Amino acid sequence: MRASFLLSKVLRGLITLFLAMTFAFLVLRLAGDPVSLMLPDDTPPDVINRYQEIYGLDRSLPEQYLRYIGGLLHGDFGYSFRDGRPALDVVLERVPQTLILGAAGFFITSVIGICAGIVAALKRGTPVDIAAMGFAVFGHSMPNFFFGIVMILLFAMTWRILPSSGTGSLAHLIMPAITLGIGGAGSIARFTRSSMLEVLHQPFMRTARAKGLKPARRVILHAVPNAAIPVITVLGLRLGGIVAGAVVVETVFAWPGVGQLLVTAVGQRDLAVVQTIVLLVALTMVLVNFLVDVAYGWLDPRMARTGKETA
Amino acid sequence: MSLEIEAPAIAVGDRTARRRSGGPGIIIWLCLGWLVLVVLVAIFADVLAPYAYTEQSLLSRLKPPAPLGGDWSYPLGTDGLGRDVLSRLIYATRMSVIIALAGSLIGATVGTLVGFAAAHFRGWIEDVIMVLVDFQASMPFLIVVLAVLAFFGNSLELFLVIVGLHGWETYARVTRGLVLQANGQNYAFAIRTLGVHPVQVYLRHILPNILSILIVQVTLNFPDLILLETSLSFLGLGIQPPQTSLGLMLGEGRSYLATAWWMGVPAGIVIFMTTLSISLAGDWLRDRLDPTLKTTDN
Repeated sequence: MRASFLLSKVLRGLITLFLAMTFAFLVLRLAGDPVSLMLPDDTPPDVINRYQEIYGLDRSLPEQYLRYIGGLLHGDFGYSFRDGRPALDVVLERVPQTLILGAAGFFITSVIGICAGIVAALKRGTPVDIAAMGFAVFGHSMPNFFFGIVMILLFAMTWRILPSSGTGSLAHLIMPAITLGIGGAGSIARFTRSSMLEVLHQPFMRTARAKGLKPARRVILHAVPNAAIPVITVLGLRLGGIVAGAVVVETVFAWPGVGQLLVTAVGQRDLAVVQTIVLLVALTMVLVNFLVDVAYGWLDPRMARTGKETA
Repeated sequence: MSLEIEAPAIAVGDRTARRRSGGPGIIIWLCLGWLVLVVLVAIFADVLAPYAYTEQSLLSRLKPPAPLGGDWSYPLGTDGLGRDVLSRLIYATRMSVIIALAGSLIGATVGTLVGFAAAHFRGWIEDVIMVLVDFQASMPFLIVVLAVLAFFGNSLELFLVIVGLHGWETYARVTRGLVLQANGQNYAFAIRTLGVHPVQVYLRHILPNILSILIVQVTLNFPDLILLETSLSFLGLGIQPPQTSLGLMLGEGRSYLATAWWMGVPAGIVIFMTTLSISLAGDWLRDRLDPTLKTTDN
């Protein structure tokens, strides 16, 4: 059963990747002739024809599609219209900055979210719970670009303790990372809280209590590992939110990552770069979803056996 | 691909859930009040706005809000072109509300139809639909939207369609599940044996039964739509000037943060208050209307 469970996940991941590639190809072709977009309006027709030959645009659509897929598999993602460099290089050189920001944001999401959720569940119904859940609603409803702007207004302009934009030091990372992580922290806190509450009502928690275990021991050794299973999956699924959030946050704080590149490339209609980023994101999402599925099957063997996705 | 996980109800929702037999709490009333206000402002924008949102007065540029030393002819101050911030805020609210409403309508209609189709035809049609649902759910929608905007350029119509496509997969998945469930129930079977046309069965018998859950889904999706539109407009890739929207106002105000923060911040506050109100009211509505999502807290 386990092998077929993994196989079905791999298959679905591959289908998603294939759809992403087809999506990119279709919009790329529907958008019109990339050559005439790239060259000036008064270019002689024979030059245009020459370029169309180079890019294989004179061939039939199915053939173009196959060549396109083949090119992708060989790492050929096309060339940036702006400076003629390979699109993959243009994108990859931005990746480290986005990874730093994403990791920091993800750290804030998980640490704040899980801690707030556990505390809220243990102190259920008290002002602590209400405050934690108030924070969760706040994080969930606050648009990240507005949160970032308010932070810049307060910390960079009024009190002048943090740099308002750019990169280079740990101080530069603080505001973007908090902005990126805070929304996710809210939903993780809500989720951890309800997951903890569910576990705290289980018979084995009563048993642990009857055995005379200390509260701290009960919570850390018995409740948290059981409550962690769904939370870990949700954390994995937050990645999409981090990727989308990075686009906005990098723009607000002028952080030189992939997100900022995407916004500029869209503005300049640099199609090859946009397409490369879309495919890269799709690949990341598929990999992470797969890891989440595997982790879920591993943490909760019941699921791998039945292959059922439970909420 | 994606595990179906619903965000659990929150603390405020819990407290109102306990008051299930009573009315909504004070917080929910405040939220509903704010939402009514926003809708009224959107409807009566022409009457309420003291100036046209494009009207410039270059002599009174960057005036601060009246309480901070400006004058009362511009209660919230003016922007870099001498346009009245209050008037722009009112029209921006209208634009953002219209887009989110239209987007909800499109997404709910398309998603529900597709969900019905999946449940009705089963077989390969259902498989194809579910693969597409998976695909949409596994790609961050903002990225897909940016790609489409890069390829097709920007127009209000395209933008509406894009915003409308957000969330169709949730409606499709929910509808399919509910219809499959309903199809297995006796009432649907009974009507079908009477020889009623399937479309009639779905429209007149099953749809009314699942409508409340779909409405809850709309309220859950609505804040995301507002955030999607405002994010894109903020990035300069959504609503284009001279039109205005809440996100665009905040985006334009960003370059004036040091000198005239009042250009953008009011728009940000309106966005925040609106998404907050819908989230809280939506959670409350969910507790009321959707018995299947009852949380474990009770």
